[in-house]
Amino acid sequence: MHPLIFYIFAALTLLCGALVVANPFSRNPVTSAMFLILTIIFMACLFVLLHAFFLSAVQVLVYAGAVMVLFVFVVMLLDLPAEERRKIKLMMAGLGILSTGVIAYAMIRAVRESTLRDTLAPPTIEGSMSAVGSLLFTRFALPFELLSLLLLAAMIGVILLSKKDLK
Amino acid sequence: MNPIGLHHYLVVSVLLFCLGLLGVIIRRNVIVIYMSLELMLNAANLALVAFSRFNDNLNGQVMVVFIITVAAAEVAVGLALIVALFRRRQTTHVEDLTTMRL
Repeated sequence: MHPLIFYIFAALTLLCGALVVANPFSRNPVTSAMFLILTIIFMACLFVLLHAFFLSAVQVLVYAGAVMVLFVFVVMLLDLPAEERRKIKLMMAGLGILSTGVIAYAMIRAVRESTLRDTLAPPTIEGSMSAVGSLLFTRFALPFELLSLLLLAAMIGVILLSKKDLK
Repeated sequence: MNPIGLHHYLVVSVLLFCLGLLGVIIRRNVIVIYMSLELMLNAANLALVAFSRFNDNLNGQVMVVFIITVAAAEVAVGLALIVALFRRRQTTHVEDLTTMRL
């Protein structure tokens, strides 16, 4: 695999991620949602580069398919009035950028100075569907079942929250 | 060009996480804040998959399956909360939601 492919997909992921957060042309939540879908799809491409084929399919199906449809649906449902340009408090935004930058610097520094990468052999595993699936049904069977309980609880919660006369 | 290693993926993950954090801090629309949270979750997923690949251990990918499922449940509940909130207050702007301010 040529390294250039990684750089292209990484750059596209970061670009679309930045456009989710701060789009200079539009403050519309729908635009943010569309760029989030693009970010997720490019991240699925990065998963393919990491040989996690099953996860890249799940990423596209669950995130770009289900979750983002939910987001767009709610944005349309709420029918937000054209978002008035409120004055962003410049000092607050500056402080936010500054603090985030400090955190990013610290974490990248930690990654760069770790000796982890020197000890690693060339990777060989493949995250195929059968490999991940057999692990999911043998070693992680109990958490897997608990997950279904969690989904049930979430479903009941959503139905309860969506009732008209919420007490 | 030197081959792509673990640290390349980790740097991308860190940058994406910080973008999400920045969105949570500076944006004022609840829905966009929520999308930024999703961005942070995705960045964590990328780090987990990269670690899994470069440590020759599939457990990280199973973890990511769990994270994606929990994130889907969390999005459903969170968006239901936002819809309920919008019904009461007719706004999704965090500066208008000051009921709990002392």
